[in-house]
Amino acid sequence: MKEYYLGIDIGSISTKGVIIDNDNNIITSLYIWTEGNPVSAVKNLIKELKHKMPKEGVIKGIGTTGSARKLIGLMLGANVVKNEITAHAVGTLAYYPDVRTILEIGGQDSKMIIIDNGVVVDYSMNTLCAAGTGSFLTSQSKRLGIPIENFGEMALKSKNPVKIAARCTVFAESDLIHKAQIGYSKEDIIAGLCKSIVLNYLNNVGKGKRIVGPIVFQGGVSKNKGVLKYFEEILKSSVIVDENSHLMGAIGIAILSRKNRTDQKYSLDMNNIDFKTIGSECSLCSNNCEVLKIYKNNELIDTWGNRCPKGSK
Amino acid sequence: MLEQKPEKIVAFPQMGNYDVPAKYLLSNILNIKIIDIPKITNKTIELGVRYSPEFVCTPFKYTIGTLIEALDMGANVLVQAGGGCRYGYYSELQEQILKDLGYDFIFINLMSKGKKSLKKIINELKIIDSNFNIIKSLYYLTITIKMVKYMDRVDDYIRENIGFEVEENSFIRLNEEMLNSFKTVKTNVGLYLKYKYYFKKIKKIKVKKPLNHLKIGLIGELYTLMEPFSNYELERELASYRMSIKRYTNVYYLLFQKKRKSKKYVRYANEYIKYKMGADAADNIGRTKYLCKHNYDGIIHIKSTFCTPEIGAMPIINKICQEYKTPLLFFSFDSNTSEVGIKTRIEAFYDMIEGKSK
Repeated sequence: MKEYYLGIDIGSISTKGVIIDNDNNIITSLYIWTEGNPVSAVKNLIKELKHKMPKEGVIKGIGTTGSARKLIGLMLGANVVKNEITAHAVGTLAYYPDVRTILEIGGQDSKMIIIDNGVVVDYSMNTLCAAGTGSFLTSQSKRLGIPIENFGEMALKSKNPVKIAARCTVFAESDLIHKAQIGYSKEDIIAGLCKSIVLNYLNNVGKGKRIVGPIVFQGGVSKNKGVLKYFEEILKSSVIVDENSHLMGAIGIAILSRKNRTDQKYSLDMNNIDFKTIGSECSLCSNNCEVLKIYKNNELIDTWGNRCPKGSK
Repeated sequence: MLEQKPEKIVAFPQMGNYDVPAKYLLSNILNIKIIDIPKITNKTIELGVRYSPEFVCTPFKYTIGTLIEALDMGANVLVQAGGGCRYGYYSELQEQILKDLGYDFIFINLMSKGKKSLKKIINELKIIDSNFNIIKSLYYLTITIKMVKYMDRVDDYIRENIGFEVEENSFIRLNEEMLNSFKTVKTNVGLYLKYKYYFKKIKKIKVKKPLNHLKIGLIGELYTLMEPFSNYELERELASYRMSIKRYTNVYYLLFQKKRKSKKYVRYANEYIKYKMGADAADNIGRTKYLCKHNYDGIIHIKSTFCTPEIGAMPIINKICQEYKTPLLFFSFDSNTSEVGIKTRIEAFYDMIEGKSK
């Protein structure tokens, strides 16, 4: 029996899953949209991964990361539940042991991780606001009627990217509308948009940080060639984008789950698991905590969000 | 015909456990009723946000929220203080906002044009209670000051050890017991004996503290540091990672040590600052250098979102930490910060300093 480890990165926009073996080789992987429902996204993800996994394999560890890591970790009984920063650092270091700076732009978070001698020495994350992240690009792609996959190619065509306010998405959006109305071409607007993402990132997340090479760029937005181009242009340095750059968090968490493995075996059978969450507002005091109750097969297994024990019943 | 005067009911803003000494002092020097101020909840901050200017610092929102809750419970005398930043304007602005809302009350501003004025305070207290006695008040004031000193001393010890307690909540339970016992003391000696008794008990609480445990320095803006609700119970979260926490800011420091120590901090960090920068900014820069030099594993700086003095201090703090290679984490809290995002950042910070210390 081959031993495999499953890593799942449940982000706000997309859900990523990888299965690795004992030597960190990727056996199979999958990238699907979360569509606002992490539970059903993960069920679909696992169904497909199970299909693609070699029959003689056995899952010896499950790790979850990303913004829904806690919920999905509970659902799958994961042996490791860890934040995205650690997961990304571990994943990247497995492939680029001498990396010094990791740039990561995801759906609602963006982060910068500084590494020295294979150890994380500093990190920063966007200030609890989705400005300059993938979700802004996605919403603009819908507004401009251009699929997000074509964004990068179109941006590369532009010779004259328009200037767009980079600080806040609300200002950026009014700039965009204004520039479109006075007649700039879509290529120039998209290029300006990609550049504004880079400027926002460096001003916000990269403030006060020394960025040294080798630089690795990952997260969903790293697939956008326009953003990559402006990173290289502004940082005056080459930036590496791995072919699995969108999976690094999932790979990292799979590695962590391998390191923390026990004798337990995991089943990928999702059919007999009924997983439900019910949110409500506790009315037992004036704090009105938003309480989330989690049911597995109609049995209450956990309660989140309550600040005192009163709300847990 | 004599008109019956309404009973005076006093209220003041909430911050941490400091309602205990504040209530102790007022109830002993004035013949008045004091409202049991509700602890800060989501309702407090909702009220605060509704009636505050949007870009004011968050403590303004918390304190005005508490004052409104107290007024609704029947308070008619409000007490507010001030300090060396925007805090200096809280009193005037809050009084005006509350009057505009139609509330009827007496407002006692402990500051006068941004400065402490004993004469003014005494005059205002005489308006509330015509039998106000200065000698008796000074007596209770000395007890109250000692009470704050003891509270803060015990708090410092708890902060360093609570992450390692064997039995959950043992520190918090004893601390609450101690504060309760403080409420009824009548003499300095009585207070001292209670303090000795409980501190001894607290020191005996079993802790499992490894020799090479992680040490974190917590600095930043004073209200956010001292009111656990406004920092999303950050200290408790940090303690759950089994770290020992050092925090300098407390009421005793602000009232009695700051004047002297601020100057020392500026001199100590003179390669980074020449002058004081308002509120606690210079203190925090000095503390950063101290914490870096004394091999703390990490520094966390917290403030409310629009705190101007700390915004000025942050780039310097960042520079010092880079020079000493000490991990640093900034938090800016406002009324709508998501708790999940905070937990992610703390977990990552812990992973980082833990990985670094190996």
